[in-house]
Amino acid sequence: MKGYLRFLIPAGLFVVLVGFLYVGLQRDPREIPSPLIGKPAPQFSLENLANPALQVANADFQGRMYLLNVWGTWCGGCREEHEALLAIAGSKLVPIVGLNWKDDRELAQRWLRQLGNPYEVVAFDPEGQVAIDWGVYGAPETFLVGADGRVLQKRIGAMNMDVWQREFLPLINGTGERS
Amino acid sequence: MIRAALLATMLVVSASAFAIDAEPAFRDPAMQERYERLTRELRCLVCQNQTIADSNATLAQDLRREVRELMIEGKTDAEIHEFLTARYGDFVLYNPPVKPRTYLLWAAPGLLVILGLGAAVAVVLRRARAARENPAALGPDNETG
Repeated sequence: MKGYLRFLIPAGLFVVLVGFLYVGLQRDPREIPSPLIGKPAPQFSLENLANPALQVANADFQGRMYLLNVWGTWCGGCREEHEALLAIAGSKLVPIVGLNWKDDRELAQRWLRQLGNPYEVVAFDPEGQVAIDWGVYGAPETFLVGADGRVLQKRIGAMNMDVWQREFLPLINGTGERS
Repeated sequence: MIRAALLATMLVVSASAFAIDAEPAFRDPAMQERYERLTRELRCLVCQNQTIADSNATLAQDLRREVRELMIEGKTDAEIHEFLTARYGDFVLYNPPVKPRTYLLWAAPGLLVILGLGAAVAVVLRRARAARENPAALGPDNETG
């Protein structure tokens, strides 16, 4: 009896270790779960990208569901997801608020003129102050904020129609309740 | 000899250049020390294996500025940690907090030591017993264990 236990225990430990490593390999270390999900969205009030005399605040969207998309002209993933954002804006299901992060106003405006503007309004955050409050660490990031002002979902990395249909649409249509 | 002396002088003189920011964040040495300690405990989330004290990423610069501003506002270390974990999660801390989810993590080194000691004691006891029961088997190269 002792004889086979002697091999079984290390073999068992080895299998457990391989299991942990295997699961670890499947996970993307860049995707850090946001502690904001289920919590009230951070307050902000920033200059409007299009017109510095105007302010953009989340109070403007009180009682409405909206997407907050963090982007910058320096960000490759943002260009990658731009088509998807235009398509989402075209569906008119939910307004997209842009958070232009650590960017140049001139460049950002030119980007929207050239590539099309999926945003209802864009807030200009050159210092990254509001981005810190939202726990942003890499653009693009996309938050879904519910009508009650709580963060429902967060996408880290470029948005695409697949992710949109799987992770966002059910929440917007109210068919999938996030625990 | 002269070259070695020159090199040594250059290294000593340039030591301050290893700090990531051109200017120290605080004039007060105690505050500066606290600032350096805090930034060394916080992870830069873009370049995940660097602290915000080490990293030149713009996010790390922003977070250093944030830490400095919170310190000027008179926030305690715990309040600064809480400010950042509320936004970025526990991952921003290099020392994971002790809470039910991390009990196993923190207890693991102790558990492994106990396990190892237990195994060692078991082996020694078994060998001692084997030797008592069959002294003839005890030789210079005791293969039967």
